[in-house]
Parts: sequence; structure tokens; C-alpha cells
Amino acid sequence: MQFLPELTLLGAGLIIFIVSLGKATGDTTRNIAIGLGAAIFGATLLSSCQTGKLFFDTYQVDLFSQVFKALIAGAMLIVLLFGNKLKAIPQKVHPEYYLFMFMSVLGLMMLVSSVELLAIFVSLELSSFAVYIMVPMRDDEGKFRFQMEAGIKYLLFGVTATGFMLFGMSYMYGLTGSTELSVVITKLSTMWNNPAAVIAMMMVLAGFFYKLAIFPFHFWVPDVYEGASNETTAFIASVPKLAAVALLIRLVSLISGEGQAILNILMICAVVSMFYGNLSALVQKDIKRMLGFSGIAHAGFVLLGILTFQITGFANAMYYIIGYVLMNLACFLVICTVSKNGENVMIEDLSGLHKRSPIMAFTLAVGLFALAGIPPFVGFMGKFMLLAGALKEGYMLIVILAAINTAIAIYYYLSVIRVTYTADPEERSIVTPSMLTNATSVFLLTIIVIMGVLPQRFVDYASTVVQTIM
Amino acid sequence: MDQLLINPDYPHILSTLIFLPLAGAILLLFVRNEFFARYWALGITTLTALLSIPLIKAFDMTTSKYQFVEQVSWIKSLNIQYVIGIDGISILLVMLTTLIMPLCVLASWSYIKTRVQAFMVCLLIMECAMLGVFMALDFVLFYILWEAMLIPMYMLIAIWGGPRKIYASVKFFLYTLAGSVMLLVAIIWLYINNGYSFFIPDMMWQNYSSTAQIFLFLAFFLAFAIKVPMFPFHTWLPAAHVEAPTAGSVILASVLLKMGTYGFLRFAIPITPEATMTLAPAILWLSIAGIIYGGFTALAQSDMKKLIAYSSVGHMGFVTLGIFVLNTSGVEGAILQMINHGITTGALFLCIGMIYERTHSRELRDATGVGKHMPIYVTFLTFFSLSSFGFPATNSFVGEFLILAGTFEQSIWLALAAIPGAVLAAAYMLRMLQKIVWGGTDNPDQSWIKDLNIREIVTLAPFLFFVFWIGLGAQPFIDLIHVSVDNLLNNYHGFHSQIAVVTDLIVQ
Repeated sequence: MQFLPELTLLGAGLIIFIVSLGKATGDTTRNIAIGLGAAIFGATLLSSCQTGKLFFDTYQVDLFSQVFKALIAGAMLIVLLFGNKLKAIPQKVHPEYYLFMFMSVLGLMMLVSSVELLAIFVSLELSSFAVYIMVPMRDDEGKFRFQMEAGIKYLLFGVTATGFMLFGMSYMYGLTGSTELSVVITKLSTMWNNPAAVIAMMMVLAGFFYKLAIFPFHFWVPDVYEGASNETTAFIASVPKLAAVALLIRLVSLISGEGQAILNILMICAVVSMFYGNLSALVQKDIKRMLGFSGIAHAGFVLLGILTFQITGFANAMYYIIGYVLMNLACFLVICTVSKNGENVMIEDLSGLHKRSPIMAFTLAVGLFALAGIPPFVGFMGKFMLLAGALKEGYMLIVILAAINTAIAIYYYLSVIRVTYTADPEERSIVTPSMLTNATSVFLLTIIVIMGVLPQRFVDYASTVVQTIM
Repeated sequence: MDQLLINPDYPHILSTLIFLPLAGAILLLFVRNEFFARYWALGITTLTALLSIPLIKAFDMTTSKYQFVEQVSWIKSLNIQYVIGIDGISILLVMLTTLIMPLCVLASWSYIKTRVQAFMVCLLIMECAMLGVFMALDFVLFYILWEAMLIPMYMLIAIWGGPRKIYASVKFFLYTLAGSVMLLVAIIWLYINNGYSFFIPDMMWQNYSSTAQIFLFLAFFLAFAIKVPMFPFHTWLPAAHVEAPTAGSVILASVLLKMGTYGFLRFAIPITPEATMTLAPAILWLSIAGIIYGGFTALAQSDMKKLIAYSSVGHMGFVTLGIFVLNTSGVEGAILQMINHGITTGALFLCIGMIYERTHSRELRDATGVGKHMPIYVTFLTFFSLSSFGFPATNSFVGEFLILAGTFEQSIWLALAAIPGAVLAAAYMLRMLQKIVWGGTDNPDQSWIKDLNIREIVTLAPFLFFVFWIGLGAQPFIDLIHVSVDNLLNNYHGFHSQIAVVTDLIVQ
């Protein structure tokens, strides 16, 4: 039972592999994938109360890991549900696409359970390599081939980041003589005045910063978001972030003592990410690129919770990233639905969407208002809690800078809503989302509002979850 | 918690007022029928207005406590409560809001032709948020409603607005949001320095350090001054007013602008009394600048909606003037004038909307002489115009008189500086009135223009009723606010035993 989600994923991969040998049509493959996704989600729920250690104590199963596994599986299921027919991906590779998606998720699930440096490395690579292959899987009829550029960029930046990470890990091992996370970090915490310790820590963090797209490891974001197919981008923009935050919390929660140097670096990363992300998003025309840049800013926000080094801060960060993933998925749902043949969606393509599909326009408006941090949606509550937590720790300046960022961000979110609701649709065609898409969007909207209006339960639960690893 | 009074005779009356429109809006989402949407919105808003009447009856005028209080823990981990209540400062604003809304629905009856259902949903959500803002006694609750209101208002302007609606709506949204982000930081600071409580009465009259107070005040000021809007933060207002549909303009002028001045009274003065003392002189002169600037700019307008919009800048300058002279007549006059401005300017926007519906122009020259064919209309317009520049026996006269009396008490120079504002108001209103009512016949034949119909008369009549009620017998209204204002000022002056020093400063 402890290893059930992972086993289910492996099984799912196998089934999809067998499907790929036959002559299943796109629809059949898709239905099988959705069924498997649901099964995986079910498995994570079934094993949610498991605890224990596996594989010579390198793999820890606890409430924290299991909840994050459920979240990851849930996010993947949503992506599968609104992914429609993988319009831009050649039909003959659909089974492979799903296979790699499952493998990536397997890596991410292993990542949240890993408590040993090499296990972390292996899981991170497993999840990354699958995505490296997913990114260029896109058919744009040989017109631009920017999916190739995206794939190569993602691969090169990813490999560089993991290179940094591996290097940092070797430092850690050299300094502490162990690869077990708890031992490593506890020992490192006593030697922050040794530059090697700080360098080691920063290099390891670089790996997660890459997944989370935090400055200065964000360079891949806009091009990869733009180049990958809409469904792949939706996946990259949400699922891996959950795992990255989980591991970041696991890592940082172990830091004790005078980690001032680390703290300063985290602060700078947070502030620069916010400004860089928001200012760059202002000028984007492709909505995926815009969401990519805004994602960088949101990652900066998440760091506000992490750098409090407190349970509440971690719980807030967890609440925020869950909220972020939901809001982001709501926006990507609309992008995937509006995009007719899987091409990229420019902001002007959303002109008059309210006339072409009121429910999609409404979903997008709620998603964007929520991302902008306007009440009563989850984005506001999340920001509010992160700011309150950071101010409690005395980071006044950072909080003011973050508040200024909220004001900057509203401009580009609003400009999209403006186009959706006021511009003339001209010749653009009616969008008819499927029942499944509509149901998914109603589900996302409901939960975005509920989490925003009644956050207590979610935050309490997040605190309980985080407490298990402290 | 001794500031709270729970009224057992009317349990949950405030919550009912807040959530009735919201429930109405949610139900309306599921019915796609224009005919039903209009009657439904009218029914819900009228019911809300009727339900608010007992507030006046049961309101205890002898205490400054918050009344009809409801208190439920909401977000425990942050100690955020759902706590609402009203006192003398907010009761009239609540009444104004509930009264205005059914009239806004009526005003949109034939004006709004597309997507009626969505329009009514926006109106109802607005009502819920606006009432909540005036009732909230928890700062987070206040902030949430304050911000949430931006969405329906943005939609009202952006979807049903005039030709430059996009520019206007975005400007409105960005200005007000940018203004309030620092308010959020201030709220969190207060929470941390105040025993981790967001309960507003607990935050008042505390000894925060002078520097902290100045920063808090500036954060408050930015948010509230933009909302008022005070000169020079007013630039979003004319655009928003001109482009908004009639109901939107009425809501903006009558209720939204009042939130800024309400914020000054509810938060700035009691939470940062020391900073208020230090910065009041600057704000007073800023108010004067607003009065004069608003007057002159209004005089130069050819677009009637713009004219009224700029006149609002001037009128709201009077309100902030009254607030920051910080004496009884000033503050009471200011609160009364908030209501008066809501009534008069709301009515004027309705009047202009009625001409616009007929001639499809807001230009003064196109409206020249239309009054000849609309005797009933002209009657209404004349009274509202007289009220707008504070003609005796109308409501604004009482308000302006009190404010000027308060200003005289404080400083004769200030009062003298404010008086040209009143003259300018007479000038621009009479200019408009003269053109519409007695203007020449340069325009093509306008004899086809019909006078007001019953619905329009019903819409305007309540405004006229209040113009004269407050104008001729303001005492009951002042009685409602008196004790709370007294309490506010006593606390304020108690806080500064050396208040005389300030007075001297201002005189000099």
C-alpha cells in the first residue's frame, strides 16, 4: 500500500504501452488515459494515510508526501480532462505522450518522497527527462519548428541546472559525509559560516528553482511555454511546481541556526522574480508567454512563505501553490479549448470570447482575477496570508515590494479580461466546449471560490501536513 | 467588546441586507430572461430597501456604540472575524445605498438593452459589497469587500459603457487598485502590532509611534483619496463617469465616492490621530484646491456628464474640508453632505441619462432648449441644480452651511478660500440649466421629444423628496449622526490635549 501510487503509475505506463502496440484511435487512447489518471488519483487517495520508509530509508512515505502525491495526481487528472484531443500532437504518438506524462508524474511523486540526495537526483531526472521528450512532441506542420527550439532549451537549461545540483550534492556529501537529507542539512546548519556550505545549499536549491522557474533559473520559461503544445504547457506550468514546492519545504524545514546567507539569497531571488516576471509579462502578446512570466512572479511570492522558516509560512506556501495551480489550470483550460487546432493563442484571439462562449470567458476572467489577487478568490487569500506571514517576521520592505507587484500585475491580467469581455469578436468562430470541459471548469471555479472564501480548513490541513516533516 | 451592541429585536438584519442581493444575483445567474431579470432585480433591491427601514426605527441615537452587531469567527488561524455593525457614521450611508439601488434598476430599465441579466447580476453584487463595506468591523472583511466591488463596477463600465469604455474602465480599476495595495500592507501591520486582531474598534486610539502613524496615514490616504477622489488623484473620475452607463454613474457618484470619505472618518482619524493632526492642514488646502479646480473645470465643460463629474470633485472637496477641520459642525456637515451629494448628484446623473436616452448626446449644445418640450423634466432638473449649488431650503445648503461654519471656527482664511467654490458651483449649474431650459432654438426641431414617463418620474421623485426633507428638516438626520461624531471628536481631542496648538498652526 505504501508504494501503491507509484505502482499504479508504472502499471498505467505499461497499459498505455500495450495500447500503443495496437491500433487504438485517438479517442480510445484518450479515454483510457483519463481512466488511468482517475485510477492513479484514486490510488493516491487510498494510500494517503500510509507512513513508513522504503529502499534503505531513502524513500519516506508520510502524510506530507502522500498529500502532495494526491495533489500531483489531481492536477494531472485535470490536465488530462481538459486536454481534449491533444489537438496539436500527431495522433500516432498519443500513447507515447501519455506514457511520458505518467513517467514524469512518477518522477515527481518519487521526488516528494525522497529524503536522500541521490534519490532526489534520480527522481528529478526521471521527471525531467520525460518532459524533455514531451515538449517537442508537437505538430505545427513544419512551419515554425519552435517546438524544437523549446525542447532544446528546456533540455539544455535543465541539464545545466541538474549539473549545478549534482555539484552541490557532492559538496554536501564532502562536507557532511552523508547523503541522507536529515543528516546533511542538520550538519550543514552548524556550518553556515563556511562558504562551501552555503554554496552547496544554493547549488542544490538551483535544481528546484529551475523547476519552479525562480530567477535566475527562469530563462527557459517563455520559450518553452510558447513552443510546447498547449496541453504540455498546462502540464509543465502546474504539476512539477507542486513537487518542487514540496521538496523545497522539505529541504528548508530542516535548516536551523543562522541561515542568514541563505535567507538573503532567497529574499533577493523572491523580489527579483516578482519584478522580472511581472514587468516582462506586461508586454506579452502570446497568452502562454504571459502566463509563463506571471508564473515566475508567483514563484517569487511562494518564496515569501518559504523564507519565514516557520510552519505557518510553509503551510501558507503550500496553500498558495495549490491555489496557483488551480487558477493556472483554469486559464489553461480556456486556452486549450479556444485554440482550434492546437495553435498558440494570442491575447487578441480571445476577442469577444464572452459572445463566443460565455462560460469560457467567465472561467478565464475568474482565473485571471484570482491570479491578480482580487478577493474573494483564492489568489487574494493566498497572497494575504503570505504577506501577513512575512510581515510577522519583519520583512517590511519585501512586503511593500510584493504589494507594488500586485498592482503591476493587475494591468496585464486586466488587459486580457478586457479583450475577452469588450472587444468585438469580428470573424472569430464560436467556441463550443465539451460537457467534460464545462464540468471541469465549473469544478475549478467552485474550488477557487471556496478556497478563497473559506480558507480555514485548507490552511489547517496544510499546517497538519507540514507539521509531519518538522 | 464593550463598543458593541447586539440588538435582539432585529436579529441578523445587517446580514440579511448584505446577502439578500448576493442571493438574488446568484439565482439570477441561472435564469436567462431579460424580462424576469429586470423585475427580479427591482424586487430584490426594493425588498432590501424596505428591510433597511427598521434600522432607522430601532437605531439607538443615544449611544456611539456599533449597533445591530453580528459576530462570527471566520478564519480562525488569522483571527479574522465576520463582524458587522453600524453606528451614526455609517447608518445614513447604508440607507443611502439601499435607497439608491432600486432607483438604479429603474434607471436602467430601457437604457440597458443588451445582456440585461448580466447587468442586473453586477448591480446586485455591487449592492452586496457596498453595504458590506459600510458595515464591516473587521479590517480584512472590509478590504475584501472594498476590492471585490471593483470587479462588478469594472464590468458595468467595460461592457455597458460609452465609446471610450475600455480606457475608462481600465483606468478606474488600476487607479483604485493601485491605491489600495498599500492599505493592505497597513492592515497587516496593524494586525501584527495590535495583538493579532483585525477587529477595527480595537485598533482605534492606540499609541502607535509617530513614524508608524505617518506611514499608516499615508497608506490610508492613498487608498481613500483616490476613491474620493481628492485633487490631484481625481483623473480617473471624469473618464469613468462619462463612459459608465447611467446606473453606473449614479452608483459611482452616490456611493462609491463616499467610501473614501467614510474611510477617513472610520480609519484615518481614529487609528492615526497624531498623523491626522500633523497632516490635516495639508489636506485642508488640498480640499480647497479641489473645490476651486473642480469648479473651474466644470465651468469649462461642454459634456454634461463631465460637468457633473468635475462638480463632484469640488463637492467632495467640501466633504474632506469638513472632515479635516475636525470640529462638530464640520464633521456633521461632512457626513450630511456625503448623503446630499449622493442624492443630488445621483439625481443629476439620472437626469442627464434621461436626455441621453432621447437625444443620444450628452453635449450641452445638443440639449439646448430641450426643456421647452419637457416641463416635468425641467421642474426636476431645476430643483436638483439648485440643490447642487446649495440653494437655501435644499439639502446641500444645510451641509455646506455646516461645513463652512465649521471651517470658520477653525480658520477664517480657509473659509474664505472655500467660498468661491460655492459661487463657481452656482455659475456652472446655472449655465447648464439656462441652456437646457431656456436655451435658444439653434437645434433642429426637437418637438418630438417626449416628457418623462411614469417610470422616470417614479425614479426621480424620491430624490426630490429627500432634497427637500433634508433641506427643510435636517435635524432628524443630524440626530442620527450626532452622538457618534461627538464620540469621535471627543476621543480625538482627548488624544491631543494640546489640540489648541494645531488650531494655531492652521490659523497661521
